[in-house]
Amino acid sequence: MSTATLNFPRYNPLTRSLPIFLRETRYEFIRLLRTRSFSFSVVGFPVVFYLFFGIVMNRGQQIGAISVAKYVLASYAVFGMVGAALFGIGVGLAADLAAGWLDLKRASPMPPMAYVLAKCCSAVFFGILIVSLLALMGITLGNVSLSFAEYARMIALTVVGVIPFVCMGLALALLVPFSSAPGITNMIYLPMSFCGGLWVPLMFLPHFMQTIAVLMPTYHLGQLMLGAFGYASTGTTLSHWYGLFGFTLLMLGIAGMALRRLEQNS
Amino acid sequence: MSTVLDRPNAIPVPVPIPSGEAVASLDRVTKRFPNGVVALDELSLTLRRGEVVALLGPNGAGKSTAVKLLMGLSSPTSGAVAIFGADPRNHAARARTGVMLQVGRAPEMLRVREHIELFRGYYPSPMAYADIVQVAGLSGIESRFFGQLSGGQKQRVLFALALAGDPDLVFLDEPTVGLDIKSRRAMWAQIELLVARGKTVLLTTHYLEEADSLAQRIVVIDKGRIVCEGTPAEVKSLGSTTPGTATGGSVKIIRCATTIPTHALLNIPGVTSATVNGDFTTILTRQAESTMREMLALDLSLHSIDVQSPKLEDAFLALTGDHD
Repeated sequence: MSTATLNFPRYNPLTRSLPIFLRETRYEFIRLLRTRSFSFSVVGFPVVFYLFFGIVMNRGQQIGAISVAKYVLASYAVFGMVGAALFGIGVGLAADLAAGWLDLKRASPMPPMAYVLAKCCSAVFFGILIVSLLALMGITLGNVSLSFAEYARMIALTVVGVIPFVCMGLALALLVPFSSAPGITNMIYLPMSFCGGLWVPLMFLPHFMQTIAVLMPTYHLGQLMLGAFGYASTGTTLSHWYGLFGFTLLMLGIAGMALRRLEQNS
Repeated sequence: MSTVLDRPNAIPVPVPIPSGEAVASLDRVTKRFPNGVVALDELSLTLRRGEVVALLGPNGAGKSTAVKLLMGLSSPTSGAVAIFGADPRNHAARARTGVMLQVGRAPEMLRVREHIELFRGYYPSPMAYADIVQVAGLSGIESRFFGQLSGGQKQRVLFALALAGDPDLVFLDEPTVGLDIKSRRAMWAQIELLVARGKTVLLTTHYLEEADSLAQRIVVIDKGRIVCEGTPAEVKSLGSTTPGTATGGSVKIIRCATTIPTHALLNIPGVTSATVNGDFTTILTRQAESTMREMLALDLSLHSIDVQSPKLEDAFLALTGDHD
């Protein structure tokens, strides 16, 4: 009895995976852009918030050497990129999982990393889009003076800063059923943004809120972003990087456990 | 790699063993979930090149579990799964396999063309784009968003994705569910074309007519075990007799209005069952002609005779008992 065997030329994993990853990323980004319930809220929220709190209310105001419109720009930039990561990955992956779409992709020869990285990269692109839009609004409407170096630092922080929240999105998607994923994501996203000092600067919050802020990844990324403008108020740069790194490891650990549980049940 | 031929749970049916090479196999596979549910119980199944096998069974019989194991989406508790002699998770095995799953929701804001291009890109030697569109009947709707399509069109896109890599082995999980008769027949024609091109197809279905018209071999499973397997004709004849006593001969169903009591009917040679339903009696017999002769002699008032060959439905119900 003969058995059909595989007779395939060996492929270089990288040359094979790279075009798949690039195409996957392009379509993921296009898809999210076209999905108005996603793009309008993820881009719209930080834009509207910044318009109200950064520009309409605080136009031209200074607190000491700090321009309020510029300070708030850093906060809402972080608020925006966190939303893009949490909703793009968390809700997007939960939807693919629930619908069985991920099963279809996993049964194909698509490298799984191409899928995860594509989602990650489109979160970064949305982050860059949001940060750039806010910066443009700040410069044109809020009299913010932003040097090119400062803008470049913001973009670099966006690329790196999205990663912890992508990991959090992964963990959420694997733990939370799709039907409740958007609600639960909001329940985490909004309080986490507030407690991290992204809506109202930490110094205006009660003392105990300032204490628990240290536990918020949004606080650490917010402080790093403020640091890009020389505005950081609390903690050292290194401590914020440690904070984000620790949070990333925690989320990856949770995601790993959730994935194992899912695999055991499949 | 050798292929195990014994199917310990199957009722031995004199199937002429297909001579093609084994393309995919489950070898004494047991799948037990952490909650204790045994979805597959020492099940063995071999797909040979160029055949269409229909996996038939009531809900919860283990069809989807079997398909998931063959696709490498799940691993067996015990036993071995092989696709082209390799682990089903092997990349090269996946490159030769196409899958159509029941998908609740595909990304809606991608166009049909984009979906196809994405999946073509996963495979080393995909089917030509124009061929996919033609085979799956998608011309004219290529620029539509997936979310704008009708149910039947969505099924056809999923069918197109299964073909995107020009696979040698195709898993079709309930491919025509939710389709109207016309689209269903169109898809059957496409599946027949695949087989004509030498592809191997594993089909799971609820539609017995679908299994009957497409499959060369039907495997009926229930509670994770193979209840019987054979050609559609063999499964039909097997299902209408008591399993294990099948000795060949074509079974017929006789319905008529008669005054002969059931116990007397059961004494007639060839009769395996007799049930009364209102004015009518239904008799299963392996020797329709002699049974009829005897019945007519016993009851001169016998009328309204209807003789039928059993349908797959009858066999299916007899084999899997009274599920839903």
